[in-house]
Amino acid sequence: MTYDLTFAKEVYKNSEEGHWIKMCMQCGVCAGSCPLGFLGAWKYSPRQIFQMVRAGLRDEVLTSSDMWMCTSCYNCIVRCPRNLPITHIIHGLARYASVQGKADPKQPTHQFAKDIFWENIVATGRVGEAALTMKLYFKDGIGEGIKQGLEMKDSALGMLKAKRLKPLPFRGKIKGYPGFKAMLNKAFELENKKEGKA
Amino acid sequence: MADGQAAGQTILVVGGGISGLTTAVEAAEVGYNVLLVEKSPHFGGRVTQHNKYFPKLCSPTCGLEINYQRIKNNPRIRLMTLAEVEEISGSAGAYTARIRQSPRFVSQKCTACGECAKACQTEVANPYNFGLNKVKAIRHDHFMAFPSHYYMDPDFARTDEAKKLATICPVGAIEPDMQAVVIEEKVGSVVWATGWKPYDAEKIMPYGFGRFANVTTNMRFERMADRFGPTGGQIIRPSDGKEAKNIAFIQCAGSRDHNYLPFCSRICCLASMKQATYVRNAYPDAQVTIYYIDLRALDRYESFQKMVEGDQGVRWIKSKPARIDEDPKTGNPIVVGENTLTGVRYEEPYDLVVLATGMEPNSATSARVPMPDAHYDEYGFVVSAGGLFASGCSSQPNDVSGSVQSSTASALRAIQTVVHAKG
Repeated sequence: MTYDLTFAKEVYKNSEEGHWIKMCMQCGVCAGSCPLGFLGAWKYSPRQIFQMVRAGLRDEVLTSSDMWMCTSCYNCIVRCPRNLPITHIIHGLARYASVQGKADPKQPTHQFAKDIFWENIVATGRVGEAALTMKLYFKDGIGEGIKQGLEMKDSALGMLKAKRLKPLPFRGKIKGYPGFKAMLNKAFELENKKEGKA
Repeated sequence: MADGQAAGQTILVVGGGISGLTTAVEAAEVGYNVLLVEKSPHFGGRVTQHNKYFPKLCSPTCGLEINYQRIKNNPRIRLMTLAEVEEISGSAGAYTARIRQSPRFVSQKCTACGECAKACQTEVANPYNFGLNKVKAIRHDHFMAFPSHYYMDPDFARTDEAKKLATICPVGAIEPDMQAVVIEEKVGSVVWATGWKPYDAEKIMPYGFGRFANVTTNMRFERMADRFGPTGGQIIRPSDGKEAKNIAFIQCAGSRDHNYLPFCSRICCLASMKQATYVRNAYPDAQVTIYYIDLRALDRYESFQKMVEGDQGVRWIKSKPARIDEDPKTGNPIVVGENTLTGVRYEEPYDLVVLATGMEPNSATSARVPMPDAHYDEYGFVVSAGGLFASGCSSQPNDVSGSVQSSTASALRAIQTVVHAKG
């Protein structure tokens, strides 16, 4: 058997904090510490994902929904005996999978991050909570949206009463929106340069 | 000094455990004067706390007794107990060491008859057994204690009870007014052999040691297995005294971990395998589980591992457990983690969990070398330089035979230094 490190090297170089994966000693503390593991939320633990990266299983890793299940509780980072920033590595892999077009566009966290949240914030420069919530609820169609909205209506009314939810979906753009847009464009430029797309 | 050797040719050995004892006898038996200084009331150090040695499963008292005989028969070795080196000045071949000897409150007239301890009413938590039992305030630490004289804690020595005990001692050895003594010695070379202490398991928060009664450490377990120990050799649960038959050992508890002790201590894998044999011998129906990242049975110890692996009552799980919970009803510790060979996550209850903690060099904390240019590595082990030589677990994590080898080497290097200094 020969080792093909092509994918591992690709991750070390291009995925955020990916170079740390070579430090993993496969002890399993991250998997045992992850609160989602015992809920059956993921198929592969962080430890297994890292080993799959090193084993060159490119498609299995990048199409996996497991990276998207991370809730950023940081238990794994706190306990990792080799100081791997596991939460950040997992987020980096998720993003890399998205950039590579391998991540399932219907994976809820992926869809929320890439489309709903991103579009919402870029449109005005601030998060419009009502619009954000509605888009999230209605992402799977009108029927699902109404069902979920009704389920959560008491919470929503409570939040409205406590002034924790702005009732108007559209409050317009922030002051200095062109500057905000220029910053984003610059960030895209830098990002594309880094990823060799410029 | 024997044979009129110059004072500057004396070798100062600091620490009277297996390493210091070995250096002292090796150097003295080829004709060099040795001053052996020990901080505690007795020689022998950590090895006296062990029930058995691996891999032969023999008693540490055997090798100790031989060393004590060699010391007793050798006029070149001077002994000091309860003594600490406060300052070392000068250079290789011509050091001056200032040594403070704390009072023992019992003189060398003591015959260890034990009348004082029988009469003594005050009991204290026994540090020799990590506080697992109580002991009389006037005592010796174990039946093989050398020198075989009792001692008192300073706090107790000031009490009226201590004065009363002085009157009942048949040989008049108890001296509650004894004072500390400070001496200065000219020595040619220094061997640092101050050994190690078990890593503080309370720091490993997810494992719950100190919070859960039935989570213990490998050194405490060693005391428990000793028939002269706090339970008379019974392997029982600290919470309720019931027989502990389903026991988990967690390897690398705090070791090889940047959050705690970053290095491998080399001995814990073998120690747990050895302790697995204690459990299996005590209870034929016992089940032992060893959680490990990878097993480090170095060189010739692999045969010991194979022997333990042949026992169906020992189960091996490749995993560094994430945490330990406690079942409040039974007091059972529950080990939680991922089996890295199967990818299956587990939550398993045990009667008792033993944390295989590593070695922290005393030279990193309580036994710094009081020499202005002393060097340490990144973990606090002493780096030999000039006329200073690190021995045993002051130089690196070592098992007993490794410590003995290291200490014989230190004896030779210490001799070379004094010979060169003589010119």
